[in-house]
Amino acid sequence: MGLFDRLKQGLQKTKDVLRTDLRDLFQEGQILDEDQLRQLEGRLLKTDMGVVATSAIVGKLREEYGGRTVDVDTVLETVKDTLKEQLAARNDEQEHSDVNDPLSPLNLSPAGLTVILVAGVNGVGKTTSIAKLARLLISSGRSLVLVAGDTFRAAAVEQLTMWSQRLGCEIVTRPSGTDPASVAYAGCDRALEAGVDCVIIDTAGRLQTDHNLMRELQKIHRVIGEKVPGAPHESLLVLDATTGQNGISQAKNFSEVVECTGIVLAKLDGTARGGIVVPIRQQMNLPVKYVGVGEGVDDLEPFDANWFVDVLFDDGP
Amino acid sequence: MFEGITKGLKGALSFIERSRLTESNIHEGLGQVREALLEADVNFDVANDFIDRVSVQAVGDRVLKSIRPSEQIVGIVHQELVELMGPVDASLPIQRDGLTVLMLCGLQGSGKTTTCGKLARMLKEQGHLPMLVAADLQRPAAIDQLQVIAEQIAVPCYTEPATSTPLSVCQNGLKEAKRNPEIGVVILDTAGRLHVDDELMGELEQLDRRIQPHQVLLVCDAMTGQDAVNSAKAFNDALEVDGVILTKLDGDTRGGAALSVKAVTGVPIKFIGVGEQLDRLEEFRPEGMADRILGMGDVVGLVQRAQEQIDTDEALAQQQKMMDGKFTLEDFRKQMRMMRKMGPMREIMKMIPGVGGMVDDNPDMENPEEDLRRIEGMIDSMTPHERNNPERIDRSRRNRIAKGSGNPPSEVNNLLKQFDAMSGMMQQMAGMGVKDRMRAVKEMSEGGMLDPGAQVRKEKTRSKRGSVDRDQVRNRKRQQRKNARKARKRNRR
Repeated sequence: MGLFDRLKQGLQKTKDVLRTDLRDLFQEGQILDEDQLRQLEGRLLKTDMGVVATSAIVGKLREEYGGRTVDVDTVLETVKDTLKEQLAARNDEQEHSDVNDPLSPLNLSPAGLTVILVAGVNGVGKTTSIAKLARLLISSGRSLVLVAGDTFRAAAVEQLTMWSQRLGCEIVTRPSGTDPASVAYAGCDRALEAGVDCVIIDTAGRLQTDHNLMRELQKIHRVIGEKVPGAPHESLLVLDATTGQNGISQAKNFSEVVECTGIVLAKLDGTARGGIVVPIRQQMNLPVKYVGVGEGVDDLEPFDANWFVDVLFDDGP
Repeated sequence: MFEGITKGLKGALSFIERSRLTESNIHEGLGQVREALLEADVNFDVANDFIDRVSVQAVGDRVLKSIRPSEQIVGIVHQELVELMGPVDASLPIQRDGLTVLMLCGLQGSGKTTTCGKLARMLKEQGHLPMLVAADLQRPAAIDQLQVIAEQIAVPCYTEPATSTPLSVCQNGLKEAKRNPEIGVVILDTAGRLHVDDELMGELEQLDRRIQPHQVLLVCDAMTGQDAVNSAKAFNDALEVDGVILTKLDGDTRGGAALSVKAVTGVPIKFIGVGEQLDRLEEFRPEGMADRILGMGDVVGLVQRAQEQIDTDEALAQQQKMMDGKFTLEDFRKQMRMMRKMGPMREIMKMIPGVGGMVDDNPDMENPEEDLRRIEGMIDSMTPHERNNPERIDRSRRNRIAKGSGNPPSEVNNLLKQFDAMSGMMQQMAGMGVKDRMRAVKEMSEGGMLDPGAQVRKEKTRSKRGSVDRDQVRNRKRQQRKNARKARKRNRR
């Protein structure tokens, strides 16, 4: 099954509840008026992309097509193109992702150990995303060690241990309550010793406004940087697709302490569209690297802006 | 808590303060209010309805003719916010005899398992014995998590291996609970599920039918965006939810979900989760929330929290001491500890009207706890004799205290000076009426209470005549001016 179908399947359930089919909105030959623009605004806002990004699109349509008769295809193209533009990288950065290589979004260390740090607020799906990512790495022939750095939440270590057993990879754990930075250190140590390709470090969920916990995270980041030069090679922020405008604050505050390199957008299989990644991309140039499209361990896909936008407004079968 | 939305609304409403009210600038201003609501994740349709309702009232004669139109509009926005989120009933109907069954449901990662623990802790404090039932067989280690939580609060927990089915876990759990007559409440922790997953929703409906819980509570992440409406609606359609518990409200989320969920489903919000610890569950009060949204502070919430944590007798004794001028460093330390029990300082200060903004504007305020801890350390390093007689601390004692607490001697000096000034002021304040006291607090905060370098000054007392009440002075001066005017008039004739 191709990626597009998988994504579509993931989003399929969504369609029955919330139709984002823009074709319903505009009718061929009608004059584009304020009422229609307002409805479009509503649909865009409901993806959580926020007032600024929405106003940009609506404004563009008003400017280009306002008061004129509608050609549905060109209007839709404009909407999609604007969105794609908003999601595209700035500064001519080459962030190409290759369709056939699911690991292409990752910045893997050419020689030696690649360290991946995963952070996020509580309950966004960090541990599950790590399991999925591990699965992806293992199935493309990389060896890896997991590090259970969430020593705070009850049974979080057990949760990741269960995943490691299912995936058949090594895991470094310490008893609950241990300083997470020391667990991360021990994990890197073990990974270097075992000579594996990758190490993925789980961290406890924390609200981005909790000063002390954010400092703790900063310490983890610093410690692994001291242990492995250039680490972490990837510092991924897991975002829940249902998150609203608070996602911006999450991205900002987490980037401040762990210099995020990308986002894993989890839980995209519900009715939420995850539009919050649009303002995050615009304000901070932080790319989405993977999307979680289901509860299965294989349901993690590399993100592609074109597909994302197409699927968001896909007309469906 | 709701600072985001508060900030937005404050900005939006400030236009009204500036200009005279006309119909067109009401619309413009309400447009800004709408934008603020949308930025706060209030659902698009809910926000539009809200604005429509407010604008109908605002444009009416009542406002334009009222003496203070701006206040009137703030009043309307406030009232509508309360109406949108209320009325609320934060009680849980606990059966007098027999078991009460509560079922928690929600999306993945909304905080169900933690909330189970919080609810159980709350019920236990109210004198019931709750039992937790781990019906989440999906997520790895969810059962372990619930067991750990149950241990922490010392309540029974019923579990079965993950190979069982949720229904049989619940049924067996109920049987188990009935065997122990002490258990009054059973809380079912169900697996998180997507509202569009027909299979799992069907399973939940089946649970609801067969177990027939007395209350179905939906756990909802306050950071949810526009989608909050869809999931809440789907759960409500499937289960007839009795109440909502909003979680993760301790972050900087704008919490618009609170408005939308209530507006769309009509299900009341019963509790809010404001921290990861198991005692961080509060009753939801729409008035307090609306006050917060409009930047009026949440005094009721503060008082409630204080009542929970502060020993009333102790507090009264302290107050008496203050008034008598016998307030010592020992008492000061006790007070600081009580305050710390109430929760993080930042959080508390935000609940005080007028101080909320100050906290946000003051990056130095980043960690008031640290200062408190340092001060406590210094007091700890004193002997009991020194604590009770701070004036006895001379240079050598001061150096010893500084060394003992790891601070420079100047810090100790500062502390002593501040304490001296403070106890003087407290004595003054104890003699004041409520109004004067409020003014004194305000002066204190404007005078840089939050600036670590600033000092609280002791008001100079006139040596011979004793301290002078300001109001008295003002009245006397006023009288003198009046008399002088009269005298001038008389002389002209």
